[in-house]
Amino acid sequence: MLTDLILSFFITTMNVVLISLITLGVIGAVAAIILFVVAKKFHVFEDPRIDEVEAALPAANCGGCGFPGCRGFADACVKSDELGDLFCPVGGNDTMAKVAAILGKTAVAQAPKVAVVRCDGTCEHRPRYNEYDGVKHCFIAHNLYSGETNCSWGCLGFGDCELSCEFDAIKVNPVTMIPEVDDDKCTACGACVRACPKLLIELRKKGPKGRRIYVGCRNEDKGHITKKACDVGCIGCAKCFKVCPHEAITVGNNLAFINDEACKLCRKCVEVCPTNAIKEINFPPRKVKEEEAVAAE
Amino acid sequence: MKTFRIGGIHPAENKFAAGKKIITAALPGQVVIPLAHYIGTPADPVVKRGDIVKVGQIIGQASGFISANVHSSVSGKVVKLDVQLDASGYKRPAVFIEVDGDEWLETIDRNPEIKRECTLSKQEIIEKIKAAGIVGLGGATFPAHVKLMPPPGKKAEVLIINAVECESYLTCDHQLMMEHGEEILIGVTILMKALEVNRAIIGVENNKKDAIQLLKKLAADYKGIEVEALKVRYPQGGEKQLIDALIRRQVPSGRIPVEVGAVVQNVATTYAIYEAVQKNKPMVERVMTITGKDAPNPGNYRVRLGTYLSNVVEEAGGVPEGTGKIVGGGPMMGRSLMNLNIPMAKGSSGVVFIRDAEAIRKPVQNCIRCTKCVTVCPMGLEPYLLMAQSERNMWTEMEANRTMDCLECGSCSYTCPSNRPLLDYIRFGKSTVGGIIRSRTAK
Amino acid sequence: MEKLIISPAPHIHSGDSVSKNMYGVVIAMVPALLASLYFFGLGALIVTLTAVAASVLFEFLIQKYILKGPVTILDGSAAVTGLLLAFNLPSNLPLWMIIVGALVAIGVAKMSFGGLGNNPFNPALVGRVFLLISFPVEMTTWPVVDPLATTYLDAETGATVLGILKEGSASLPAVSDMIVGNIPGSLGEVSAIALLVGLGYMLIRKIITWHIPVSILLTVAVFTGILYLADPATYASPLVHLFSGGLMLGAIFMATDYVTSPMTFRGMWIYGVGIGLLTVIIRTWGAYPEGVSFAILIMNGFTPIINFYVKPKRFGEKPKKA
Ligand code: SF4
Ligand code: SF4
Repeated sequence: MLTDLILSFFITTMNVVLISLITLGVIGAVAAIILFVVAKKFHVFEDPRIDEVEAALPAANCGGCGFPGCRGFADACVKSDELGDLFCPVGGNDTMAKVAAILGKTAVAQAPKVAVVRCDGTCEHRPRYNEYDGVKHCFIAHNLYSGETNCSWGCLGFGDCELSCEFDAIKVNPVTMIPEVDDDKCTACGACVRACPKLLIELRKKGPKGRRIYVGCRNEDKGHITKKACDVGCIGCAKCFKVCPHEAITVGNNLAFINDEACKLCRKCVEVCPTNAIKEINFPPRKVKEEEAVAAE
Repeated sequence: MKTFRIGGIHPAENKFAAGKKIITAALPGQVVIPLAHYIGTPADPVVKRGDIVKVGQIIGQASGFISANVHSSVSGKVVKLDVQLDASGYKRPAVFIEVDGDEWLETIDRNPEIKRECTLSKQEIIEKIKAAGIVGLGGATFPAHVKLMPPPGKKAEVLIINAVECESYLTCDHQLMMEHGEEILIGVTILMKALEVNRAIIGVENNKKDAIQLLKKLAADYKGIEVEALKVRYPQGGEKQLIDALIRRQVPSGRIPVEVGAVVQNVATTYAIYEAVQKNKPMVERVMTITGKDAPNPGNYRVRLGTYLSNVVEEAGGVPEGTGKIVGGGPMMGRSLMNLNIPMAKGSSGVVFIRDAEAIRKPVQNCIRCTKCVTVCPMGLEPYLLMAQSERNMWTEMEANRTMDCLECGSCSYTCPSNRPLLDYIRFGKSTVGGIIRSRTAK
Repeated sequence: MEKLIISPAPHIHSGDSVSKNMYGVVIAMVPALLASLYFFGLGALIVTLTAVAASVLFEFLIQKYILKGPVTILDGSAAVTGLLLAFNLPSNLPLWMIIVGALVAIGVAKMSFGGLGNNPFNPALVGRVFLLISFPVEMTTWPVVDPLATTYLDAETGATVLGILKEGSASLPAVSDMIVGNIPGSLGEVSAIALLVGLGYMLIRKIITWHIPVSILLTVAVFTGILYLADPATYASPLVHLFSGGLMLGAIFMATDYVTSPMTFRGMWIYGVGIGLLTVIIRTWGAYPEGVSFAILIMNGFTPIINFYVKPKRFGEKPKKA
């Protein structure tokens, strides 16, 4: 009696289990077939090399190459005949060499670049005359007016560049209110160049040992106006232009510009600049100055 | 009482200078006349250093369609053509003139007598308005004659005169109506003639009862001019809102008023048009309000263009103690000024001193989704959403949510209990989306 | 001031603030609170104080020690949640249950989503529904009205109007008693008239707009009216539905919660009609005698979808040609 009951119970349970198993199995099989057919039918041929190239890229998806994401860039590399202008700034020459090897094309080596901020209007150098009370966003402030200082060209200090940087390489110094670039982290992807409404950031040759010389100012006002607004502004006096033996400097619109291709890092211009607007980065301390200091003592 | 049908707010009116007689400001020692106004291409200068000019003499020739002639507002010697910082702190070309006496061009009729008949043809009227360099005096400074020439195929049916002065604090239009009602009505008839319409409506907000009464009485003598009292509501002075309020037609997104048959002109512009057409007087001066809660002498001043604001403010008793912000224009849509060394331009409707305590914005909190910004938006937008999308750079979505319709009235930021900078972000989005649209259409 | 301040327009502000709105809601709840103090006496006082204190305290503790961010208990939103929670509880609920309810409301429904402005569901309702599911017996034994009673846990209990409707066990009280609040029920929901006074206050102060309450009440009235006309013997009259249970409280204070209701007038109508329909459906055919809380929570869930699809009436949407 009891065994009967247990047996019948067992059989019913088995039945239920079996039925569900079979149903599920059938559903699964049908779905698999449909998926298979669809996949076959709608299969798009993709060059397998795209995957390979993508794997060689840094996967930062920063858009520094000008394409939406690394895959877009890989696609472009595969499709184009030459690698010529295609360059991944994050991976640099090594990566491009790898890509070139995969595709059997030749990569054009490019000098590594780094972002430089062409303004040094710190709170100390450039007094503030009014207080901005809108959203702390450079673009919004820039659309409204020229800024807290009397220089309408300089940095606003609200950090749109910092916001745009995916590599944590550019940061607004809270004391000076001017962004600073971390050479090691900067990949020269150019996001900050596009983000700055004052067009202050430029990608320049990193230079040997990271040494570089540039004019830290974008002010195109007449000299006396610039001078009033900021201690370290370029006043367009052209002294640097005259002293430069390599013809690397041009002066126009009351502003000097140093061509990083022509500049040989001789530092002559830095010495003559009356406002210290020319910046030299990563150079060892000057001998001359030391001597002067000794003489002064 | 009529008003527009979507959204709107009612800020404290604070019209301290209401009923104050227009005072003619003293002639300054030097004027700096900007060649560009907020909208449009700068005029080409037609004088040079050392030239002697008279009041009303042309010094800048309009260049391009959206540009207006500029005239000397004083008599004296041109000292230089240079750049001058405008209210936004950027440099604009300007003519610097040293004042010497007050000699007007002989063609200008300075007789205060009212001249009623106008026998000029439509074309002659438009030419005169154009020559006189008249722009919309409500703030946007759009050249007045452009609006009188509807694009081909469009025909104006009704002329609407914007006399609502919906911004709080400002009273210059109100006072102008009180003192020059008759001239304004003649200006309206001239405009009607230029547009070939036989109906005009002057919309006045109901906080100016005396002006409504006066205009109604005067308008009885003119055919086709109606004076309509409107419920006090901001931004009734917006073109689209005013048309909706008065004739119940809504200008569709991205269209201009004349497509629903309406042309809007501001009252002060109408008065300037009267002077230009009947008295040959170009745009050389305008009435502006100097006011504020602590202003020693709130009042309405008739000021020559190019006068430094500091001169006028000095005459009105100076900047009061404890002023945290100085606004050029009305407090809802005006610009905060960095200093008063700014020459008065055609669009300067006033200077408002805001107290320290009101000048600083309060801390921003989370959006509590109270719907107040949506409720007050006169364009039927969702400011809370647009701001969120602007913060996240979602430009396509912003465009789909019609951010380009925003008229930047500021009702949303004004209302938000969480003090969210809605309009700041929406403007940001607008300028980015506008750029995207432009580059798309350019393709 | 030394330096002039520069900011984008507008340069003036209405002076409205989050706390003004929140305390406005609190003031609007005062009439209903007084009514409940009168009808349920000491119990109502204890429950209300506990719920408010616990809510504010939990918000403080979470903001200070868990999120380590700014403490915003003074903006009044926690107090509103506490009050609303109390309004939804019977006045003889044990203290610890109230505290659990407040913890769920503030900790789970509000703070875990990012605090005020980010919670998808009305916190007070989540607290209440949690208690209802966890402690169904305690949450559904309501004390009978006993003006200015001094009893708390040991109050005499009775059935609510909706309970009677569902079970058909006794005869219904008079509608006038329901309007005044002379019926058993959760402490804040009984007095329709006091709640309506609160609604009037909120409308005058422009804290809320009329769309949500009116659409809910109208839907309930119409829907139950149709049912009643079809079969008066089975279905209660619209008046009974309108003035009984948590409908008034829900329509006026719970459904109108800023954060969880739609952003446009059209959306509010959809939301209100949805709540009205769901309420009546649950009340007449569902397992629970009362459905307002569930209806509101369900429509809270739909709010993001409504906001996505329902846009405000744009200016110039339908140009009128004269
Ligand atoms: S500023 Fe724009 S979004 Fe804000 S209320 Fe005005 S029209 Fe609407
Ligand atoms: S008014 Fe402010 S708090 Fe209210 S919904 Fe708009 S943005 Fe949010």
